[in-house]
Amino acid sequence: MPYMKAGKTDDEVFEENKQASQQHAEDFPKPKKTKREKLVEDDHAPLIYDPQYILMVNRLKKYFPIKGGMISKTVGHVKAVDGVSFNLKRGTTMGLVGESGCGKTTLGRVILRLSGEKTAGQVLFNGQEVYDLSPKEMRAMRTKMQIIFQDPFSSLSPRLPVGEIIGEAVREHGIVSSAEFDDYIDGVMDNCGLQPFHKDRYPHEFSGGQRQRICIARALALNPEFVVCDEPVSALDVSIQAQIINLLRELQEKYKLTYLFISHDLSVVEHISDSVGVMYLGNLVEYGSTENIFSRPLHPYTEALFSAIPVPDPDAKMNRIILKGSIPSPANPPKGCKFHTRCEKCMEICKYAAPEWTEVEQGHFCACHLYNDAAADQRAAQAMEAAKREGVAPEKEEEAL
Amino acid sequence: MRKYILKRIFLSVIIFFFVMLIIYTLMRCLPTSYIESVARQKSMQPNSKSYEEWMEQLTAMYNMDKGILAGFFGWLGDFFRGNFGDSWFYTVPVIEEFHDTVWLSFVMGLIAFFFELIIAIPLGIIAATKQYSRTDYTISIIALAGISLPTFFFASLLKLLFSVKLGWFDLFGLVGRNYEQLTAWGKFLDKSHHLVLPIVTLVVISIGSLMRYTRTNMLEVLNADYIRTARAKGLSERKVIYHHAFRNTLIPLVTIIGGSLPGLFSGALITETLYSIPGIGYASYHAMVSGDIPFSMFYLAFLAILTLLGNLIADILYAVVDPRVRIA
Repeated sequence: MPYMKAGKTDDEVFEENKQASQQHAEDFPKPKKTKREKLVEDDHAPLIYDPQYILMVNRLKKYFPIKGGMISKTVGHVKAVDGVSFNLKRGTTMGLVGESGCGKTTLGRVILRLSGEKTAGQVLFNGQEVYDLSPKEMRAMRTKMQIIFQDPFSSLSPRLPVGEIIGEAVREHGIVSSAEFDDYIDGVMDNCGLQPFHKDRYPHEFSGGQRQRICIARALALNPEFVVCDEPVSALDVSIQAQIINLLRELQEKYKLTYLFISHDLSVVEHISDSVGVMYLGNLVEYGSTENIFSRPLHPYTEALFSAIPVPDPDAKMNRIILKGSIPSPANPPKGCKFHTRCEKCMEICKYAAPEWTEVEQGHFCACHLYNDAAADQRAAQAMEAAKREGVAPEKEEEAL
Repeated sequence: MRKYILKRIFLSVIIFFFVMLIIYTLMRCLPTSYIESVARQKSMQPNSKSYEEWMEQLTAMYNMDKGILAGFFGWLGDFFRGNFGDSWFYTVPVIEEFHDTVWLSFVMGLIAFFFELIIAIPLGIIAATKQYSRTDYTISIIALAGISLPTFFFASLLKLLFSVKLGWFDLFGLVGRNYEQLTAWGKFLDKSHHLVLPIVTLVVISIGSLMRYTRTNMLEVLNADYIRTARAKGLSERKVIYHHAFRNTLIPLVTIIGGSLPGLFSGALITETLYSIPGIGYASYHAMVSGDIPFSMFYLAFLAILTLLGNLIADILYAVVDPRVRIA
């Protein structure tokens, strides 16, 4: 018996050996952390599941590597989603707005695990971490979380008839028995304003609005709880947009759906959303109820964005805030607050310290130094000092073109 | 559809006319003249007529005393009447020599084509699904080597390795020296054995382009939005790739594969000549270097028709496999 020592049990001896081996391990230098690990810090504190929320996103990050050089090594990262947190209540709609290229679409796809692996953070869907599922479990989970893509022309396979596009996954996941299958598909199509005889036609035989109805029918046929609508109306003309928006609302009431509605059209978002998140360069800068955000925007970026909504009154004096320059590169975002290069209310501190995500009012979050309390101000000042000591140069003013 | 096909056939006839006019002119202008070499031989014999007299007599005999244009229309008229003439070099009717050689080429081409498909298409799919991986690079490099290697060079390498060093195959020829003593089954095996190297050559030099074509098209499809839709549906990766992606890749694939079908009859001039396989390519090579105008004209007309037919088949197939294309 190897573990028999005088007066000791097996467990004690085992523990002793373990400690000894740990001490040995400390004698050897640990391998240095690679650059990649440094670039991506996973700084989220684990969430506790709250059943009122269907979706909880916690410090979610998605970086895309930039390959360069002869042997295509990673020379940097595009920080498409850079630490986004929000909770989405069951049966509500969250609007997600922001400029082109701010990471809205990527966020939608990362939540659904459609864009490879996440870089850091958590996505809890009904309390289940989406990225912990095996491929098989993930496939089953996909019936619960669906997506409607922006472009109804390219997102439908040109070789499949419409009935097959809608019904394929229904059959694959065994949602209804084969006897009910045809009636079920007819029912889904009818709900989305499609005729049963459309089943045998191919996508190219339909107009844009009808194709988007097909996309919606395809998503809803799986009986989902949560649907990401990725700019579902931006490819359609205005008269059709209203039809599709109203269809989405009807279906939400009928099936108690939860939507994440991504759009750059603010009036559409105001119409359909219960809460709104504003994104800038991979970060959520403000989040709150639609009412609060539209009446009292807090973040300077939100203010600038909303000042661009046209007012249907020729006498109304428009007070537009025109942002300087264009959106900075997400591969090399500005230090401190990412928005400070274009912000009208930029302060010294904004150039060095990243603002914290704080709840300014009940359910109204914002990441801006303007709304810091005393403690946050102090932390920011410390961060600024530290950054200055390290010699972080403030971003140069963007030259006017 | 019928109107479209008729229009295409009409156009093909016009193209055929001009192609053959050019070829006939070139054939007549070639410096290797069969008539001259025959006249020279005859005039060298003792007590023979002079070279000039032989030339005059032979030119008239072979119907070459007319001008190029007149000669061409004469040939064209005979061709459409189904009178292909006699081969000068083989001294048999052209159609007989053609019939004797084309089936061997066809069988060889068909076997090579079959292997090409079952090797190139799966490789292309694998390379596309694992884009930028080591597998992808390996496959691409092999494909590129296949495309870049000249046939004669690659065939010589094969001969050096398998015939000279290893001694597994004969250097050239379709049959071995004791062919006549073999049973029917033995004869078949002997021929198959001799066809191995030529077919390997044909396959290796042709898989490259088809594989790259499959890979490119597959990549294009895999990046399409509807593939993301298929993944979002929760379909298995297998189903996404083979049911959704490959089905859409089939459209361009079927088109070029269908278009290359008539090419199976055209023979492989270089490969057949290198291995001395008496197929249509080998026969036409000898006809051409000896200046055999009737046989060369027939073979080239045959190739022109095959090419035009291939294009027509490709266009029709395109409409058949792609529901978006409906030719009125």
